[in-house]
Amino acid sequence: MSDESATHPPDGRTLEPALSPDAGTQPEVHVRAPALEMRGITKRYPGVLANDNISLDVKPGEIHALLGENGAGKTTLMNILYGLARPDDGAILLDGEEVRIAGPSDAIARGISMVHQHFMLVPVLTVAENILLGDETMANPIFLDRKEANERIRLLGQRFGFDIDPAEKVGRLSVGWQQRVEILKAIYRDARIMVLDEPTAVLTPQETKEIFAVLRRLADEGHSIIFISHKLYEVLEIADRITVIRRGRVVGERVPADTDEDDLAQLMVGRDVQLIVDRGESHPTDIALVVDHLSVKNDRGNEVVRDVGFEVRSGEILGIAGVAGNGQDELVEAIVGLRRPSGGRIELDGHDATHMGPRQMHTLGLSFVPADRHRFGLVLSYSLTDNLVLTDYYAPPYARGIVRDDAASHARAVEAIEQFDVRTPSADVTAGTLSGGNQQKLVVAREFDRDLRLLVLDQPTRGLDVGSIEFIHRQTIKKRDAGTAIVLVSAELDEVLELSDRIAVMYRGQIVAVRDGRTADREEIGLLMATGGRKVVAGEAAS
Amino acid sequence: MIARAVRLLSLPLGAILLALVVGAIVMIASSPLVTGHFDVTLPLTTYWALIEGSLLSFNAIVDTIVNAAPLILVGLAVGLGFKAGLFNIGGQGQFLVGAVAAAGTGAALAGSPTAIAVPVALLAGMVAGALYGFIPGFLKAYTGAHEVVTTIMLNYVAIQIVSFLITGPLRAPGASFARSDDVGNAALPAVLNAGSGHPGHIGIFVPFLVVPLIWWLLFKTTAGFELRTVGANPDAALYAGMRPRRVIVLALTFGGMLAGLAGSIEILGVTGYMPAAYSTNIGFDAITVALLGRAHPVGILLGGLLLGAMRAGAGLMQIQAGIPVQMIDLLQGVILFFLAADVIVRRVFRVKAADVGVDELQTVTSSYAGKAPAG
Repeated sequence: MSDESATHPPDGRTLEPALSPDAGTQPEVHVRAPALEMRGITKRYPGVLANDNISLDVKPGEIHALLGENGAGKTTLMNILYGLARPDDGAILLDGEEVRIAGPSDAIARGISMVHQHFMLVPVLTVAENILLGDETMANPIFLDRKEANERIRLLGQRFGFDIDPAEKVGRLSVGWQQRVEILKAIYRDARIMVLDEPTAVLTPQETKEIFAVLRRLADEGHSIIFISHKLYEVLEIADRITVIRRGRVVGERVPADTDEDDLAQLMVGRDVQLIVDRGESHPTDIALVVDHLSVKNDRGNEVVRDVGFEVRSGEILGIAGVAGNGQDELVEAIVGLRRPSGGRIELDGHDATHMGPRQMHTLGLSFVPADRHRFGLVLSYSLTDNLVLTDYYAPPYARGIVRDDAASHARAVEAIEQFDVRTPSADVTAGTLSGGNQQKLVVAREFDRDLRLLVLDQPTRGLDVGSIEFIHRQTIKKRDAGTAIVLVSAELDEVLELSDRIAVMYRGQIVAVRDGRTADREEIGLLMATGGRKVVAGEAAS
Repeated sequence: MIARAVRLLSLPLGAILLALVVGAIVMIASSPLVTGHFDVTLPLTTYWALIEGSLLSFNAIVDTIVNAAPLILVGLAVGLGFKAGLFNIGGQGQFLVGAVAAAGTGAALAGSPTAIAVPVALLAGMVAGALYGFIPGFLKAYTGAHEVVTTIMLNYVAIQIVSFLITGPLRAPGASFARSDDVGNAALPAVLNAGSGHPGHIGIFVPFLVVPLIWWLLFKTTAGFELRTVGANPDAALYAGMRPRRVIVLALTFGGMLAGLAGSIEILGVTGYMPAAYSTNIGFDAITVALLGRAHPVGILLGGLLLGAMRAGAGLMQIQAGIPVQMIDLLQGVILFFLAADVIVRRVFRVKAADVGVDELQTVTSSYAGKAPAG
């Protein structure tokens, strides 16, 4: 993408800050007014100043990144822009004119459009139907002219470089493509200002690249884009300008050329953050986990893990790298006992664990941090206390016979909350009231805080802010040094590279390569993830 | 604690209040048919008669509890389902098979000593109800058959079972209509002599024992924790090593047992025999009770008492205000309507969804798109 940056319109980088009073008044210089300007936005919620005098402007054709930790006030600000919340103070200007945005439909009418983290699509309708849904300009309001509609959507997609089949049902598309449908919907509605809320949270690195190309294309056509993220390298890659928010205030504005990840992290968190945790030396001892010729089927009955074998020793981290959907989920579920293998063998500490359920594995000393904490890891309507004993509730000291011991559970909760730095008013509030980072810390606290033989981490830091990532990485290293065998599955290649002692690359259900974690080459692993290594192996043989 | 209770109660209380308003409007609108002119005081007369007939005398209170007892027990059966993420509409059928089992056993033991006849007849009703709850539970857990569909169907089957047994093997010889024999010594002894209306049989104390027991099971035991976890998040339950399928079977079986107990108490304590054409609406009234009580045992106790009081006061209401007893069905229907359409209640009384938490309603609405549990 770096070769494209030369062709960017220069206005995003070279102009005066938009708040400068004469920016729009010099007639001789052709200066476009910001497409959007938010001035001194303040929003109070009971007990919280969510937005404290935030000012932000976005120029036509600019990609403006809004960077901040979870809970910093990014979402509140965007809700105000989208008319979902009313500011207590401040003004919103579109093309230099002050406007009052009454609600989402008003925002859409003014050309503001939002692409949410959770897509607002109807899975059983086709791409074209989703995009045209609610469009009043279609000639016949009851019956859609499918042929014409499909053609229109296809052309629109082509203009932005993606070949989309308008007749495909949205439910059959991957998340990456669903996101493109959302973006296409925004374009179709003539959105001049597009807000993308953490658009890459659900995407693979490859999909992220493709979406970035689309965004750049949109910007080149004059659309203004607000890109919300807490991923530093992404922001540096895609943004023309970066505004950093912390605790409801703007703490800095940067252009990518004059900043780096450390600078941004420091702005965002308010202190020095070690982005890469020092993993130190590992001292592997006895074999804890053996996976031997393992095959696993997915829910549809397809064999998505084929003849996989590896060993993990106590005191080492085996990273499993791979693009999401290459069988990692099923592999992990088989290891932790949530899914029956269709063939092969799993051994934990010398015990045959092939057909054990989660409870038995837990008793043998297995802990598991699931990728989807809302689905598997937590009961959101439960208190932190109940969540912290979710896997131990039945055993002493948390229960005597069938009677639970509330006092013992509570004591454990208070201790774990303290030790793992879960930010919460008390152990009695429900897990659903915590931020994503704190929810994950809660899961980590439950799973790490016991005597362990094997720890399985599935996407342990997905969607978290840098502070929480640092914390979880440190705890992982600590567990390894205490002699726990660790399996780390992550679609974030950087995470695997930073933590693993050995790296296994998974591609189409098979482990195609194992590399040493300290000497592994990022490019090579990336290629292995993308191609399974056939070409690489051929290339190596030739050279 | 108190703040939480107020939050939990805001939705049911709002629904009751709105239902009373709707009832008042209906009464005023129809008052010309009774008095010849619009009578704006008619609702006050009516509601006062309801209160008088259900609360303001010893007899009235006994009558209220007699009416409330089966509602509370079947309400608990529905409520347990809600807690486990299940919508049990089969209270009706479970009540009926429990009733017919108790009637048959009671008639067979009519000559035995009460100390034997009563417990055995009650037990028979509970076992029958439990078996009848086990069927949809097993089907749900191991075949994925939806409990809403199976329990509704089993309600019709139960009616036919009752009709077959009472017109056939259990029919009292020489009776002028199809009915079972009197339960004789298996009848629940009357301990509160209310003089008129229903006798205050000993069975009316049962709900006051069962409610604390269910509360304890749900909130203090590991089994209750498992049940609530399966209801709140079946995937997390599986992950935590629980067995959702077993929990589903147990929740519906145990609920069936409570509904069967309610049927037994009704036969052994109130009617004394079972007619072939036994007609009841209790399965559906119990859904109102469970929703009114927010699926919480104490709430269900209160909800059952409220509906029981309305039934107990209906007679006096008809006499004093000239309002037909069907008014009670209308009020109850409107309460259920507002409970289901909770958005209306929240709008009128300005309570936020987050403050009241409507898990049991989510079970109702989402149960039509449910999936078979894994594990």
